[in-house]
Amino acid sequence: MNVFDIIGPVMIGPSSSHTAGAVRLGRVAWKILEEKAVWADIRLSGSFAQTYRGHGTDKALIAGIMGMHSYDERIRRSLSLADEEGLAYSFTAEDIPGAHPNTARIHLKGEQGAECVVQGASIGGGNILVTQINGMEVSFTGQYNTLMVLHYDRPGTIAAVTNFMAYSGTNIGNFRLTRPKKGGEAVMTIEVDGDVEETLIQSLRILPNIINVVLIRAI
Amino acid sequence: MLDYDSIAAICEAAEEKQLSISALVLSDQAEQMEISEDELYEHMRESLHVMQEAVKEGKNPKLRSTSGLTGGDAAMVEAYAGTGGITGTFLNHAMARALAVSEYNAAMGKIVASPTAGSCGILPGTVVSMLEEGRCDEHAAVMALFTAGAIGMVIARNASIAGAQGGCQAECGSASAMAAAALVDLAGGTPGQAAHACAMAIKNQLGLVCDPVAGLVEIPCIKRNVSGIAIAFTSAEMALAGVESKIPVDECVLAMRQVGDMLPCSLKETSQAGLASTPTGIRLKKQVFGEG
Repeated sequence: MNVFDIIGPVMIGPSSSHTAGAVRLGRVAWKILEEKAVWADIRLSGSFAQTYRGHGTDKALIAGIMGMHSYDERIRRSLSLADEEGLAYSFTAEDIPGAHPNTARIHLKGEQGAECVVQGASIGGGNILVTQINGMEVSFTGQYNTLMVLHYDRPGTIAAVTNFMAYSGTNIGNFRLTRPKKGGEAVMTIEVDGDVEETLIQSLRILPNIINVVLIRAI
Repeated sequence: MLDYDSIAAICEAAEEKQLSISALVLSDQAEQMEISEDELYEHMRESLHVMQEAVKEGKNPKLRSTSGLTGGDAAMVEAYAGTGGITGTFLNHAMARALAVSEYNAAMGKIVASPTAGSCGILPGTVVSMLEEGRCDEHAAVMALFTAGAIGMVIARNASIAGAQGGCQAECGSASAMAAAALVDLAGGTPGQAAHACAMAIKNQLGLVCDPVAGLVEIPCIKRNVSGIAIAFTSAEMALAGVESKIPVDECVLAMRQVGDMLPCSLKETSQAGLASTPTGIRLKKQVFGEG
């Protein structure tokens, strides 16, 4: 904890969990899609489903999907900006069993045909917990800089990634591997201490068996 | 390096080094975050500017929250402040600032959560007021935010700054305690006096519940920001006059934690009791979200 955890963050109101956290959830989905979204199907569960209009959670999620940060003053106009920029969106209340009360499932399609489904919850104070990416169970909070490494489950892939990180002097605080099926697509969730250089991300991307590397920056 | 687990320890360290709390915290945080004091100061100066901008924007008489339940009160108090009211122009203008920032937050404006979005009007209502009423310069106002931040860190560690965990005493109560210490700092008081002001502010909000109508950060949150600054100002004035809190500040923080733990869940941001469950509270909820 430092002084800016108390005098901060700078954010668009009214609620750190219903607004700032929602922007961050949308932004994670946008980062994973890696291109401009043209279609968004958003399912809201629990308290999100009941109160999203009053808190501006809908505007916040769309703003995040359009790549905005939680302090961007365009958040308040994000729905009309989405219309102008050709992002079609829908919000549907859906009971997601066992999910945290503030859960959203975001299904995106991009202008080049990319597609992703990201599920996560806003767990308070602007913090989030991402729980699923493209059907794979993940778990990261966004409190630390987090690298999501989507890859094919092949021998030596994890070693190659962590070796590169070691060479760049990046310390790993937490590592989690999810592999729904042997030999198929898998995801490494790597929380790191300190900053992550863009060159590291580029280097990781060109390693064998890597599908994509996405950096989700801490608050 | 400071541990931020005791306000008394921070005050002692400041007095020992013959520094203000703010100067001590600035140098300590620069060391802990491994960035220069200049960079840290600049970052805090930007936060102060966000607060000032929110004060300005929030006074727009046409401002309305996303739900439509609130907005426009800051403009009303601002207009009234010119008359001097009962307590004078200074306090009335300060009240308008606290309302402005809180109402701007509810209208999806840009604010500094300090420590939370629900209590974001209290530091602007106090510290920005000192600056804009000509009681201090910008440098002093920026530095006062470091004092406020240090107090908030200790409260966050030893009690809570989340309404869901500790009730409103944890949000507006913490902000008011932070502001009281910052005001003493700005007025040239000693670290010890800042600690007493902080203790008195906590004591006056102990047990305050978090019972937002419709779960929104509006009713009663916005007006509690105004009482938060009133308590901060009166606590700071008492401390500067030499009044001491009989209960030491760190014990007040622990009492806040105990009270927060004992508050039922229904009074901790769940909107199941208190003002949220009054007939009018329920009617307003239906007005915003429909019958469901």
